[in-house]
Amino acid sequence: MKSPTIKNDMFVMLIFSAIILSMPIWLKPLGAGYPDLLQKFAIFGIFAVGYNILFGLTGYLSFGHAAFLGIGSYTAVWSFKLLTMNVFPALIFSVLLSGLFAMLIGFITLRRSGIYFSILTLAFAQMFYNLAYSVLTPITNGETGLQLARGDARIIDRLFSDAGEGLPSTNFFGLEMSGYSGFYVCAVLLIIAFFISQRIFHSPFGIKLRAIKSNQTRMKYTGYNTRPYLLTAFVISGMYAGLAGGLMAATDPLAGAERMQWTASGEVVLMTILGGVGTLIGPMLGVGIIKYFENIFSSLNDQALLQAYSFMPDWLANIMVTITSPFVGEGWHLTLGALFVLIVVFLPGGIMEGVSLIKKRFSKTQANTETGKS
Amino acid sequence: MDAIFLQILNGLDKGGAYALIALGLTLVFGTLGVVNFAHGALFMLGAFCSVTFQKLLTISKHVKDESITFFDAFKDQPYLEIWFGDFGKTIIDYSVPLSILFAIPVMLLIGLIMERGLIRHFYKRTHAEQILVTFGLAIVLQEIVKSMFGANPIPTPAPDIVSGSAHIGVLFGLGESVVYPWWRLIYLAFSGLVIAGVFAFLNLTTFGMVVRAGMMDREMVGMLGIDVEKKFTIIFGLAAVVTGLAGLMYSPILPPDYHMGMDFLVLSFVVVVVGGMGSLGGAVTAGFLLGILQSFASMNEVKAIIPGIDQIIIYLVAVVILLVRPRGLLGREGVMED
Amino acid sequence: MSNIILKIDNVQKSFGGLKALSDLNLEIEEGKVHAIIGPNGAGKSTMLNVCIGQLAPDSGTVTFHGENMIGKSPHEINQAGISRVFQTPEIFPDLSLLQNVMIPAFAKHEGAFKMNLLCSLSNESAIQDEACHILEDIGLTAQLHTHAGSLSRGDKRRLELAMCLVQHPKLLLLDEPTAGMARHDTNKTIELLKKIKERGMTKIIIEHDMHVVFSVADHISVLAQGTIIASGTPDDIRGNPKVQEAYLGGAHL
Repeated sequence: MKSPTIKNDMFVMLIFSAIILSMPIWLKPLGAGYPDLLQKFAIFGIFAVGYNILFGLTGYLSFGHAAFLGIGSYTAVWSFKLLTMNVFPALIFSVLLSGLFAMLIGFITLRRSGIYFSILTLAFAQMFYNLAYSVLTPITNGETGLQLARGDARIIDRLFSDAGEGLPSTNFFGLEMSGYSGFYVCAVLLIIAFFISQRIFHSPFGIKLRAIKSNQTRMKYTGYNTRPYLLTAFVISGMYAGLAGGLMAATDPLAGAERMQWTASGEVVLMTILGGVGTLIGPMLGVGIIKYFENIFSSLNDQALLQAYSFMPDWLANIMVTITSPFVGEGWHLTLGALFVLIVVFLPGGIMEGVSLIKKRFSKTQANTETGKS
Repeated sequence: MDAIFLQILNGLDKGGAYALIALGLTLVFGTLGVVNFAHGALFMLGAFCSVTFQKLLTISKHVKDESITFFDAFKDQPYLEIWFGDFGKTIIDYSVPLSILFAIPVMLLIGLIMERGLIRHFYKRTHAEQILVTFGLAIVLQEIVKSMFGANPIPTPAPDIVSGSAHIGVLFGLGESVVYPWWRLIYLAFSGLVIAGVFAFLNLTTFGMVVRAGMMDREMVGMLGIDVEKKFTIIFGLAAVVTGLAGLMYSPILPPDYHMGMDFLVLSFVVVVVGGMGSLGGAVTAGFLLGILQSFASMNEVKAIIPGIDQIIIYLVAVVILLVRPRGLLGREGVMED
Repeated sequence: MSNIILKIDNVQKSFGGLKALSDLNLEIEEGKVHAIIGPNGAGKSTMLNVCIGQLAPDSGTVTFHGENMIGKSPHEINQAGISRVFQTPEIFPDLSLLQNVMIPAFAKHEGAFKMNLLCSLSNESAIQDEACHILEDIGLTAQLHTHAGSLSRGDKRRLELAMCLVQHPKLLLLDEPTAGMARHDTNKTIELLKKIKERGMTKIIIEHDMHVVFSVADHISVLAQGTIIASGTPDDIRGNPKVQEAYLGGAHL
């Protein structure tokens, strides 16, 4: 629990950046080195790191963050349609607008805590989702989802060139947002996002948020007005979600309302707790694991399973296929749900808790052997 | 006038379903202190009890179709029909109401397994953890159903005799043209009956009174005696049965699909919050109230004034209630008010 | 005659039909240790709750340094200079001891809200030193970095006291600081209370243990059925027949 020094933080940042930027290299042997998946890692990483600032530090369990993801996506696509295919302004708008909505929703929902807060955020997310499918169709294009069209205005782009044949693609000042260059843009943003989150974690502000989680009553009688603290955390995490949503649209310019469904909020909760709520690196770990296995599991089918079990005798392989097939392919969500239950039951602190448990045990046995020697 | 009358009926119907789910939710929350996000899944499982029962009754044999003579045609004929003829046909026709007999033990069993296997270990954990674990469980249950029954809604028709509409308007002096589906009326009566049954159980039996005392004051739960754990299991099982039956009876109105549980869950949580966490009367009142409100909001005249209101009315009400009167309509002061 | 720091004027508070406080009047002199005693249910804790903004009274006023405190939120009252030690220790169980004490120190220096989210905690050595210093006074230095939740009950109470002291409050409210403590711990706490008495901080102590009351208090008020029935120096109170009656024939005295 010693407060980490600045030097220490810098070191962690360096390692983190190196790991993220070299992902295309070291994930290749694992079969996950292709740009689409890498982009997903980075984007969901931003989402989860931001969510952790709220849930991890203050303990407020929001089921509404998918709404901010959706707002970010729609905003970005509109920026592509109306202004320019450059993602820079699109992302700025995404972050600002989702931040604005977060402030509004947070202002109302943070009047309550505990399960009431969870249900209020859920109610707001459902409202946005329902509206996106009904009244807001002119903005969201309903079930089809918001897409680019050749005839879009793109005012800024038009100043420099005429509309070309076919749909233009998104770019970051000329850098393509698809493929590896797209990943690097996302990765750099993730690193910045992580850096900010680290600063918050180790700031007086961050520790006050932790204190609110630990005992909000005490905070009030200690002279703190807790609501602005909570609202700030809520808005920041909403902006992170907006950035992630904007990036989703930037790498694949399509925004659909299903991104706003509350199960999407559930997914980010799962990623955060799987890695370790309230730890800096945990949410990123959770994202990596879930997105990696989602990629593998959802592409598996019975045929592939049979191949995987080919070393077994036929009858055993068949049984194994029958047992495992509901969990793969379409059934990936079943695996996800089961994982959710198992983690909460057995390892509520997530993987990071597991790591620290092992570390503790290891250092204990080491200490024992040392005392044994002397 | 006619339209308003029908909307009230519609609202009461929907409200009946909300009230029944909210009742189970409140019962579990009030006594066991558990926030159960898998409660909607119980509603869905109940609806699928009727699907399963229908499938069981119509297990068929591949037989030659005698009605077609000029070539060999085959059709599937349910064994029940082969064995019992017309009586078999009638049984199949009545599969939804008959499945109640099948659903009660099944839902009870599901409830017991859920409580013993998982929920029990979360009595002492935080609400956030309860929400998380039951949320995961809800996903698991719904995905299992999806892999067994597919993603599409499965129609489970009501018995022929009540598949038409009743000339209910005559009763209220509104004229012949005001008609309402029989089954929806039956659902209304059914939900009223179950609600009355639950309240009778809670008010007239000793066990029920202790449960109510426990809901008044969480510390009184100790009054449940030495066998607290067993009693908790019974309460959970009871809630599972009530919710399951609500889903089962709803299946002719809304063909069951795997995600109906989640849809109803969010709504019924809102109902519970509006009614007042831990208040059974509040849950029922709010259920019917919100059902009617939603029906009115979905009238074209209303939608013309405020577009989209039908989609968000319930949530809007919840937000307003939570901000203005945090303990809900009938909630008592101090119960989970933070 | 020294200054009156806190004045409770005609405060009424009832819960349902039950009158917890009726016509409560009390004046606390600056720099004094003022003990409130009285039988269970006399309204002692209710009185403190009204003072710190946890409860709103039905009528009456509470003035602190000439400023009305009624209607202010708890954090404003704390920022005005009133800190409270609760009957059951209210600490931050998930944070380290050092952090537990740094939080109130921040509140004192930065006010009710400051958005310093990008500053590093390790740059706040002044606050850290101050926290360490207080913990040293209290005698909890050995466990600076352990979680507060793992402390013994007695240590938790001392930690909470440290959390209040680091704010240098103008008025410190102590709600049964020795309740449920072993004799040895009680004596330690008396020593501590005497030590901080020398700093001239005004204190209100609610206490059942007469040994503690008579060893630290300058002034004693007796609360029974929601109103003050006697007030005076320890010697006055010892000889007051009304007090002995309230305490069932003086069994406690």
